[in-house]
Amino acid sequence: MKIIVCIKQVPDTKGGVKFNPDGTLDRAAMLTIMNPDDKAGLEAALRLKDEYGAEVTVITMGLPKAEEVLREAIAMGADKGILVTDRVLGGADTWATSQTIAGAIRNLEYDLIITGRQAIDGDTAQVGPQISEHLGIPVISYAQNIKIDGDSVIVERQFDDRYHVLKAKMPCLITALSELNEPRYMTPGGIFDAYKADITVWGRADLKDVLDSNLGLKGSPTQIAKASDKVRKGAGEKVTLDTEESVDYIVSKLKEKFVI
Amino acid sequence: MALEEYKGVYVFAQQVDNEISGIAFELIGKGKELAATLETEVTAVLVGSDVKGLADQLAEYGADKVIVIDDPELKEYRTEPYTHALASVIEKYKPDIFLIGATAIGRDLAPRVCARVHTGLTADCTQLDIGDFPLVAIPGREQKHNQLLMTRPAFGGNTIATIACPDFRPQMATVRPGVMQKAERKVGAKAVVEEFNPGFTPNKNYVEILDVVKAVTDTVDIMDAKILVSGGRGVGSAENFKLLEDLADAIGGTVSCSRAVVDAGWKPKDLQVGQTGKTVRPHVYFAIGISGAIQHLAGMEESDIIIAINKDETAPIFDVADYGVVGDLNKILPLLTQQIKEAMAAK
Repeated sequence: MKIIVCIKQVPDTKGGVKFNPDGTLDRAAMLTIMNPDDKAGLEAALRLKDEYGAEVTVITMGLPKAEEVLREAIAMGADKGILVTDRVLGGADTWATSQTIAGAIRNLEYDLIITGRQAIDGDTAQVGPQISEHLGIPVISYAQNIKIDGDSVIVERQFDDRYHVLKAKMPCLITALSELNEPRYMTPGGIFDAYKADITVWGRADLKDVLDSNLGLKGSPTQIAKASDKVRKGAGEKVTLDTEESVDYIVSKLKEKFVI
Repeated sequence: MALEEYKGVYVFAQQVDNEISGIAFELIGKGKELAATLETEVTAVLVGSDVKGLADQLAEYGADKVIVIDDPELKEYRTEPYTHALASVIEKYKPDIFLIGATAIGRDLAPRVCARVHTGLTADCTQLDIGDFPLVAIPGREQKHNQLLMTRPAFGGNTIATIACPDFRPQMATVRPGVMQKAERKVGAKAVVEEFNPGFTPNKNYVEILDVVKAVTDTVDIMDAKILVSGGRGVGSAENFKLLEDLADAIGGTVSCSRAVVDAGWKPKDLQVGQTGKTVRPHVYFAIGISGAIQHLAGMEESDIIIAINKDETAPIFDVADYGVVGDLNKILPLLTQQIKEAMAAK
């Protein structure tokens, strides 16, 4: 079985978000990590590899430094890493990103593609389903359990108040939630392998069956009109009183607003 | 693409088990505002099996027209037939704007639809306006009018971006549930109802549903509550939530919580407010022992009245609270509950 896992290098928001003096995000000052949902997707692929035997290829699109997450994935147990990087691919929205990744995947053989549900920087959850559409294969998003059954996968797909047990013929694409599993650590042997591993680097010319008009900033249907730090509504009143006065204060406000 | 051929505001009227989801009414409510600005109509697209009877409800909440796609293949939500349904509507009716709820279903469906019809999609929007793109005229570049401007938080709510889709139609967005306001229900209102069936022939992309397992829950949906009494880590223990439950009972509210409380196992996840929980906008939100991490604020700051009780006067929750009380919740809550009971009894 051949599994492709799509991963993304994202800024780590856990250590706090840093801003430039002009108020924009200071991405350079923030550490980067493998996107958590993608890491869960990789772990799911590695478990399928442990159980059924599989070749796991990780693929990422980004700046040359995104190679780091490919090496991390190999240190966890992935077999191959592919970096898709090219100046003309920059500024892509989810449409152009999914076109790019689909164009790269068309060069590969696969039974299963696993992506994270969403990346913590964009939070769109769009790229996985869009890749599946471009490749003409079924998608099962929000997987909370994945099993192989002959030439099919059986997946529990999470909804708000229920889950569906779905069966799809491979090849298909699955999007994984970080709740799916607890990703394994890199192993010392894996780190050694990762250090030695050859990372395949592809550019625009290596993408298959994709039009230039669907790539990069120019191929992106959505455009940013403006971006800013979130402006919050101003603080209201803040009082420090004894207990009885505090209660009187709240009760008077509730009455004033006709809540009680 | 001849953009001027695309007209009207369309919304996906999500239903589950033949019951219309609240988000459908919220989208119609927002759609009406946008349609008024554009001098056009709101069309609800109802997809399912035996769902035609639901069209009147959509009319009562403001839909001018309802397109019903009724087919046995559409009984339970599945990505492929639902994608085919919406993509066929877009192809036939050419909407200018298409809104879909950012629910588990909508966020699976919308990207697949937009990829099929080749247009842009903006995820999880919290604000929608009609305006110019670019916002300010730039010499030598065409400024387009009457564009859908889609505003959404990114980066865990730390930044906010406004997105346009100037060269493709429809302009598509998923909209976060609980953010837009439903229009007032007009009992007896009617809409033009049109049935449409593009044909559903199973192919390899139709996945098979082996089982549907419903979570057994008797808790109310916190997104529907008018008053929320929400507790954080500062409440101290699962047992101590009794203080909040008593207050909620007295004032006719519902208990919710922050992520820390779910992580500690004190309350189930369906009561969690915030970025990874639910977005709520009740009339009154009590934030009790909640410090106010940015991810929590993202899920509740649109509440009409925010009342915060916290012993730490530097807690960020006070930056968004209308009424902040620095004090000990263990002392304040029992007395507050008692006084509210008395006030309610006196009415």
